[in-house]
Amino acid sequence: MLGLIVARLKTTLPSIIGVIVVTFLLTRVLPGDTAAYFAGPAATPQAIAEIRSKLGLDQPLPVQFVAYVGALVKGDLGTSLTTGQAVTKDLAARLPASAELTLFGLLISMAIALPLGVLAAVRQGSWIDHLCRIVATAGVSLPVFFTGLLLVYVFYFILGWAPAPLGRLDAFATEPPRISGFLLIDSVIARDPETFRAALSQILLPALTLAIFSLAPITRMTRASMLAVLGADFVRTARASGLSSRTVIGTYAFRNAMLPVVTTLGMVFSFLLGANVLVEKVFAWPGVGSYAVEALIASDYAPIQGFVLTMAILYVILNLAIDILYGVIDPRVRLEG
Amino acid sequence: MAITRRAAIAGGLAAPFVMRQGASAQAPSRSETLLLVQEYGPNSLDMQGIGSSQPVNGVALNCYDRLLRFKPVPIPGGGGHQVAMGELEGELAESWQLASDGMSCTFKLRDAKFHSGRPVTAKDVKWSLDRACTIGGFATTQMNAGSLEKPEQFVAVDDKTFRVDFVRKDKMTLPNLAVTIPFVFDSELAMQNGGGDPHAKEYLKNNIAGSGAYKVESWKPGVETIYARNDAWACGKLPQLRRIIARDIASPATRRALMERGDADVSYGLPPKDFKDLADAGKVNVVGVPIPNGVWGCYLNTQVGPFKDVRLRQAVAWVMPYEKILQASLFGRGVDMSGGTTPKVAWPQPFPYKSDAAKAKALVDAAGGPFATTLYFDAGNATVAEPMAVLIKEALASIGITVEINKVPGANFRAEIAKKTNPMVLNRFAGWLDYPDYYLFWTMHGNNSIFNIAAYQNPALDKLVDAARFAPDKAAYDANVVDFIKLVNAEVPMVPINQPTHDVALQKSIGGYQFQPCREPDFRYLTKA
Repeated sequence: MLGLIVARLKTTLPSIIGVIVVTFLLTRVLPGDTAAYFAGPAATPQAIAEIRSKLGLDQPLPVQFVAYVGALVKGDLGTSLTTGQAVTKDLAARLPASAELTLFGLLISMAIALPLGVLAAVRQGSWIDHLCRIVATAGVSLPVFFTGLLLVYVFYFILGWAPAPLGRLDAFATEPPRISGFLLIDSVIARDPETFRAALSQILLPALTLAIFSLAPITRMTRASMLAVLGADFVRTARASGLSSRTVIGTYAFRNAMLPVVTTLGMVFSFLLGANVLVEKVFAWPGVGSYAVEALIASDYAPIQGFVLTMAILYVILNLAIDILYGVIDPRVRLEG
Repeated sequence: MAITRRAAIAGGLAAPFVMRQGASAQAPSRSETLLLVQEYGPNSLDMQGIGSSQPVNGVALNCYDRLLRFKPVPIPGGGGHQVAMGELEGELAESWQLASDGMSCTFKLRDAKFHSGRPVTAKDVKWSLDRACTIGGFATTQMNAGSLEKPEQFVAVDDKTFRVDFVRKDKMTLPNLAVTIPFVFDSELAMQNGGGDPHAKEYLKNNIAGSGAYKVESWKPGVETIYARNDAWACGKLPQLRRIIARDIASPATRRALMERGDADVSYGLPPKDFKDLADAGKVNVVGVPIPNGVWGCYLNTQVGPFKDVRLRQAVAWVMPYEKILQASLFGRGVDMSGGTTPKVAWPQPFPYKSDAAKAKALVDAAGGPFATTLYFDAGNATVAEPMAVLIKEALASIGITVEINKVPGANFRAEIAKKTNPMVLNRFAGWLDYPDYYLFWTMHGNNSIFNIAAYQNPALDKLVDAARFAPDKAAYDANVVDFIKLVNAEVPMVPINQPTHDVALQKSIGGYQFQPCREPDFRYLTKA
């Protein structure tokens, strides 16, 4: 098993190297003068030149690239100009926020989408099938920032049920000691119900926004895959053998239908992790998405490269995890290097 | 007892509700804490450092002291205080005395202590001003703007006496000691932790080593900055607020919602429309100060392209839809710059043009008739600049000038205007030191700084601006200013459109608003009922 994983990881090396080269070139090719931007108002040409040489931007590209890779090997992703901190430190601080939000959103989404998809497949053409279609279409056609703003407007501004969209915690709450970086988990470990409740109430609306957006692919994939399995021979055999409909659907059909759903889940997760930028913006969520976008606006290379690289590595890990999960769900699928 | 799966789940779910017996923190109460929401926070704690962003000014203002500060004067419309350029009061300086030859100034220091407990000495002041002059980048540029050019000018006479020697008589020298650059560090603390760097850049970027009214309790870049009051502050009346929480909330819609719901106390940097709506609704106070020395202008390139012809520049000034722009892009949050009469000693001031399409058309026809050109603006200012650009396009079409609008992403804008080849550019410039000659020095002087977007070159103007800057007395100064105002009125390298207000929204319970030229919140004066 371990050997297989290593073999599998080896095949991803070229793509990681590709990502490093492409992000490096891309950020350099993009128009925009970092030095001029950071020289601030009233900068003289000399001041801009000083900053340029301080950032090493006056060096030829190959020299910059060698310096970049050299630092990368040491685990140094450079320094962000917008936050003034090391990119590795920033990403480490912000990734848990994004991951917690995305995972929670995905959990909500799964809790709704999986039963809905299964029911829609079982009762094809019924009202629940139509409901499934409507939910999926509506969810995917509403842009996330719009859903986010709408939820804030209704639940915070009008009704006052949700807390102020101030980020992960209310301004007056104190953060639990950092263990996993997930506030919900850390507050449980710290036995701090107050903070747990505060964190939960903060995460609910943004997670719901993400959930609404990701409902569509999961519901539709569950439904389609269930339909295919329900029409298969072994299901007919199971029914003919007199098994209860519950056992047929729950034990036989669902497990077999899970493969494509898990693939979709993996895709949706990685997609959400990078794409929840706008949700992070609306809810002032201190995650990696908003971090990367702020950096992009300021032509701040290091965070963008760090972000893309982190995402690439996450994809690799996620794909590997999904491959392993396949084997667990369906013993016929085995990991082959 | 066997642990079943069910029991484990139940236990896990119940865990957060099992109360932890802990001492509750002795945090200041909500009435002594201010919650500020802003678009983005500081990227450093050292305003002198290279690449420091705009909010770092706020850190310098609240956590450090300067020799002098601007004296608060009431805002004419009410709502708080602003500053008057010529009026200064001591911050670290207990008193100061200009030498009889007017070529130096001696400061007597107060008995102030740094946050570390060490007394502030003249040696620290010298170290800090030397640093600002030699560190390079914006800090050095700003020091030079007030003729503070080299370390030899700064003399620590004894522990409590400090002298600045002038290289020339410059009325901007003393006001320039009150801006957010020449603040005073605890030089011993900085040197101890500097790791061999004479400027201790890395340490001061992440740590406060000052004597100011607030300390930074926690700083999470891009998330929040928490300030705690320095109860031993000696340079002014002890601030009422014990704690300030400044959260970075990128979305203006969210900031507005927080203000309207009463969850945030103060918000900076909303779009003009939101400020207008908030002001009209009357639930929160909106205080607007016309930005001193600040004006939205349409820069017309005097070296290349059609606007080399002064008649076409005047035509643009005649056709500019001043009133429409003020209403549609600033929602009235500004001062119109059209229809001036006699030149005054002030900047900005209305130019003698007002919307008059017939006059403009005649000038265009005289200069050779219709043509096409391009108007550039910074996409970062799109909220205001985009409607402005559209209205200008519409107005210029009526006199036969076809305008194509080019919205330049923020990161490219500097590079774009540095080329000095763009025929028309919309930009807002505001100098920290509120003098007409200071503004023109940056935007129209032959030194051709990056902000001279029109690439205007005129030795006659340079002479007047330089003469005004180092004028021996007020009469000579006034005469010079009126002369160069007359000159640019006729030459219009830049068409002033309006002077925007700097707005801030405050809950009704918040008082003591103080506007500072750096346009960052000054917590030292704020009060909460």
